Amino acid sequence: MKNYENPYIPHTATIEDTWYETAGDRCIKTFKVVLDDPAVRESWSHRPGQCAMIGLLGVGESMISISSSPTEKGYLRFSVLQAGKVTSALHQLEAGDKITVRGPYGNSFPVDDWKGKEILTVGGGIGQAPLRPIVEYVKANLSDYAGLTTIYGARTSEDLCFKGEFGEMEKIDGVCCHLSVDIEEEGWPHYVGFVPSLLMEVNPSPENTIAITCGPPIMIRFVLENLKKLNFADEQIYTTLENRMKCGIGKCGRCNAGSLYVCKDGPVFSYAALKDVPEAFA
Amino acid sequence: MSAKLLHKEKWSEFTGRLSGKNLWAPAVQGEVKKFVPVAEGETVSLEGGNTTVPPKALIFPQTETLYRFSRGEEEPEPPAIDEEMVLLGVRPCDARAMALVEKLFRWDFDDPYYLKRRELTTLIGLACNEPEINCFCPSVGGSPASTEGLDILMTDLGESYLLEVLTDKGKAIAGAVEDLLEEAPAEALKQKEKLAEEALAGIKWSVDPEGIPEALPQLWEDPLWERVSAPCLGCGICTYLCPTCYCFDIQDEVEGSAGRRCRSWDSCMFAEYTVHTSGHNPRPSRRERTRNRINHKYSYFVDKFGEIACVGCGRCSSLCPVNIDLIDILRQVKAAQ
Ligand SMILES: Cc1cc2nc3c(=O)[nH]c(=O)nc-3n(C[C@H](O)[C@H](O)[C@H](O)COP(=O)(O)OP(=O)(O)OC[C@H]3O[C@@H](n4cnc5c(N)ncnc54)[C@H](O)[C@@H]3O)c2cc1C
Ligand code: SF4
Ligand code: SF4
Ligand code: FES
Repeated sequence: MKNYENPYIPHTATIEDTWYETAGDRCIKTFKVVLDDPAVRESWSHRPGQCAMIGLLGVGESMISISSSPTEKGYLRFSVLQAGKVTSALHQLEAGDKITVRGPYGNSFPVDDWKGKEILTVGGGIGQAPLRPIVEYVKANLSDYAGLTTIYGARTSEDLCFKGEFGEMEKIDGVCCHLSVDIEEEGWPHYVGFVPSLLMEVNPSPENTIAITCGPPIMIRFVLENLKKLNFADEQIYTTLENRMKCGIGKCGRCNAGSLYVCKDGPVFSYAALKDVPEAFA
Repeated sequence: MSAKLLHKEKWSEFTGRLSGKNLWAPAVQGEVKKFVPVAEGETVSLEGGNTTVPPKALIFPQTETLYRFSRGEEEPEPPAIDEEMVLLGVRPCDARAMALVEKLFRWDFDDPYYLKRRELTTLIGLACNEPEINCFCPSVGGSPASTEGLDILMTDLGESYLLEVLTDKGKAIAGAVEDLLEEAPAEALKQKEKLAEEALAGIKWSVDPEGIPEALPQLWEDPLWERVSAPCLGCGICTYLCPTCYCFDIQDEVEGSAGRRCRSWDSCMFAEYTVHTSGHNPRPSRRERTRNRINHKYSYFVDKFGEIACVGCGRCSSLCPVNIDLIDILRQVKAAQ
């Protein structure tokens, strides 16, 4: 009989560092983890946009974007919003604790095909997690791209992830950063309003540009509308889908949007590819 | 392929010999007919219709352990899957279903649980001489005497069974009971052909699937989905007992410091199947869920694997408590086209 590899068995990893990105009852905590087995660590390779199933034995697993870029070596980063059972259990963990990891899963942003282009990311809330590896990747290979613009917003300044990283980014030649909060607050020097409006304010040219957007469904809907108003072609727009998942490897059935399995055919899709997929934006 | 004849007076000896090989055969338990293990000396009867529970339950159990774990131990331990199994009396539709589902379990990532069990299992089929009321296998590429997925196909010739040995696994079984078998004479094969033709003619339902995979995406917003799903109770029977349905859930069970991660059958007819933690459900009502069930079988699977994921066994129609009928839905799809 053939000796099959077992794709359901996870690797173990140790949390090297962990910190809160945001506070509140739907707070976001980032975990910097190192895979325990040196051989697994060596052979691990992921591309921006891919995800992993992370979890705890006895509790369960959740699909989480790998928020570190392949250019950040030796560790993986996950930013987890406290939502339900698994994510709440993960939030209890501290440095030195173990989690399980299997992956990387899914397709990725075609960053190589985008060489020579201007990259525009438009994110909201936890949606910056799948965008962060693109930002980091393009930053690390900036000479390959025409430039990088990041638009990112959240409800309040407390709800912004990766806050410390944007100040540094601004200083880099060819990188632009626009932040926003939904409601007026004291001492906030940046834009006040929703991300789709900030996008119109920034008014990016579609010329030689790729726009990638992730965030809450309602934000994605208006960002897509506005990108169309700015004359972006469907082929220039990318987004990610988020459906409920269990297996992550195209077997358990539940993550489909039309005939696409988000866990395998996605999560990254061009708007051109998604437009005609039934239930893609359901 | 070789053809053998087994006289019915040797039937109990035949099943007795196979019972040493972890033999499973249909039996009625309460109101449910399903495959059960055959102990030595037990009689096996292949009379009557197909099983309520399809034999998929033996390859893809309703609940199975993916692996066990315990605190302090690093490596989760998957259960050993190494026992051979012989299923006797599998209907051609259910064997074809296994061949279809295997495509999914081989797609990109091999699923070791399904594939190992499938490899360890020998399928001895039984041609359907008397198809049941809701059977429509010929419409979807099968037939009451189809051999796809089977290792041996048996046909009841009255006084004897004809055994067509189709694969090496089938040969191994035939070899083990060689002394009970004789070469099948040419007229036995002729008689089988005749029975197969009569069975085919006895099938009452049909639908021409031509055009359905292409029509379904066009009918996304058609009022037919509201109509056909209105009586649905969301019980999931149509998917649990469908031989080509394979969706599963994964859950952890813990007792003390040890536990297991297991998977169990799930159903796209349940609301919980797709609901997000936020409470948002991309398939909020029976309309969307029924639409997904039909689209999955008659369009999405065709897109991915080139075949319709329905073998026409008729279980979903026969067993639905509110008589939602697949053929009726497919006809409405064709009419709305
Ligand atoms: C491609 C992809 C990338 C994601 N990236 C991130 C990320 O970077 N950070 C983050 O915080 N969240 C991310 N999510 C969402 C995250 O997977 C869910 O919030 C999480 O699974 C909820 O699990 P829970 O056990 O806490 O909630 P419960 O409601 O207790 O979950 C029960 C089970 O439902 C499933 N589930 C429920 N909601 C979702 C959902 N929205 N998506 C997928 N599975 C779900 C999970 O299997 C979970 O085990 C991502 C989801 C997808 C599909
Ligand atoms: S969809 Fe209905 S008829 Fe088709 S294989 Fe499943 S149970 Fe049988
Ligand atoms: S068996 Fe009938 S009532 Fe039950 S979920 Fe299926 S269609 Fe609905
Ligand atoms: S998560 Fe199981 S099929 Fe996609």
